[in-house]
Amino acid sequence: MTSEIPETVPVETGNLIGKVEEFRDGGYRLVQINCSKIGDVYEINYSFDKDYRFRNLRITVTADTEIPSISGMYWGAFIYENEMHDLFGIRVRGMNIDFKGHLFTTAVKFPFSIAPSTLTKDEKP
Amino acid sequence: MTKQIIVPFGPQHPVLPEPIHLDLVLEDERVVDVIPSIGYIHRGFEKLVEKREYTEYVYIAERTCGICSFIHGATYCQGIEQIMNIDVPERAQYLRVIWSEYSRLHSHLLWLGLFADSFGFENLFMNAWRIRERILDVMEQTTGGRVIQGSCKIGGVRRDIANEKLDEMRRDLDTTEREIRDLTTVFLQDNSIKHRLRNVGRLSKEDAYHLGASGPTARGSGVAIDLRKTGYGAYGKLNFQLVTDSCGDCYGRCAVRAQELFTSIDLIRQAIQKIPDGPIDIKVSGAPNGEFFTRAEQPRGELVHYLKGNGTKFLVRSRIRTPTLTNIPPLVRMLQGCELADVPVIVLSIDPCISCTER
Repeated sequence: MTSEIPETVPVETGNLIGKVEEFRDGGYRLVQINCSKIGDVYEINYSFDKDYRFRNLRITVTADTEIPSISGMYWGAFIYENEMHDLFGIRVRGMNIDFKGHLFTTAVKFPFSIAPSTLTKDEKP
Repeated sequence: MTKQIIVPFGPQHPVLPEPIHLDLVLEDERVVDVIPSIGYIHRGFEKLVEKREYTEYVYIAERTCGICSFIHGATYCQGIEQIMNIDVPERAQYLRVIWSEYSRLHSHLLWLGLFADSFGFENLFMNAWRIRERILDVMEQTTGGRVIQGSCKIGGVRRDIANEKLDEMRRDLDTTEREIRDLTTVFLQDNSIKHRLRNVGRLSKEDAYHLGASGPTARGSGVAIDLRKTGYGAYGKLNFQLVTDSCGDCYGRCAVRAQELFTSIDLIRQAIQKIPDGPIDIKVSGAPNGEFFTRAEQPRGELVHYLKGNGTKFLVRSRIRTPTLTNIPPLVRMLQGCELADVPVIVLSIDPCISCTER
């Protein structure tokens, strides 16, 4: 079994950037961003690591929430943010590289999304 | 101002075993920017978790990758075991380490062969793959499968390895080690290879860390991160030195993988020496209720499985973050400023596994 116990801290979407800045300034690296559909909301986990200490920030958002990109602080975050958009239909504001829905081309558009009707006209499956 | 042109690289290209596309923005022969694209083979494995019981999903998790399949299965099991507070028998933990390290040997030898092929050293390619066959033979003899082993399950492993067979494997490792030493001497000492790889695709230690590089891609730039050091499974009872290289170029990444072969051999020897007798699995009942992030060190780097259950036999979410996905941003940085002719070698230097990445 893993010997580490991951820590997860819930944060408000509006406070996300500030919290991520704290991690960046503290020397943490971005491990991953992942999204889960829980009922009619999405849970998004931002995972960081420093010296094998694994910590997560969690925001919970509805389908029509636009979330801020953290690619300004972690350049490589664009890959996870585009993935979130393409698989879940979550809109991310201010990505440094925006594939506009063409990173993952799936047979069913936004296969993990919960409310396609809340997406913009261009994004609807 | 020099005119810029865009040259598409991939998804079909002689050095690419799997499809990734790069738009290379060129000024003359120099790459000034890169836009990567994936998504050609997205398989939707994570969606399958909603339709397969958590015990069956081990087989799906294993099929995420055709090279490090065992480690995917073991990592998934590890996460479920953590959620359900299952204590895996010690012998099973050692067996998982042995098969994981054989997987690493197989993967690194495969990569060394492909890498040699990318810079036109066909004989070296054949030698690397000849040694790899010995590793695959052991995997087949002990699990029944060369590529997909199917030997891991929630609560332990499905197959044991007899102690006589373990002794035989330990003896065989002497021959394998000798052959690998001859092979890696060429990779690390040959002047033409050094000339081809030195100062190509440089990635600084700072960039490697902040861009999220993982595995040999990070360690080749001097970032000392190896999840085995967290002591998961039986790794906490084994000793090994982290292999790093400060070059940060294609040669550095090659050197790390070459030297890690010996680390894996040493870990297998230690595991064979220390493995206790006893059961290889325990009975598991109930269903996972809770969540866990489980991490493991794959041949290509840090693997993360996020698992969330709600007390039923079907998980709510399985998310697999593979090392290649996180190595794509560092790859973009390596390619910026390189010569067009170096692109294939640099792309291969991160050991891209796109099927893994697409899940």
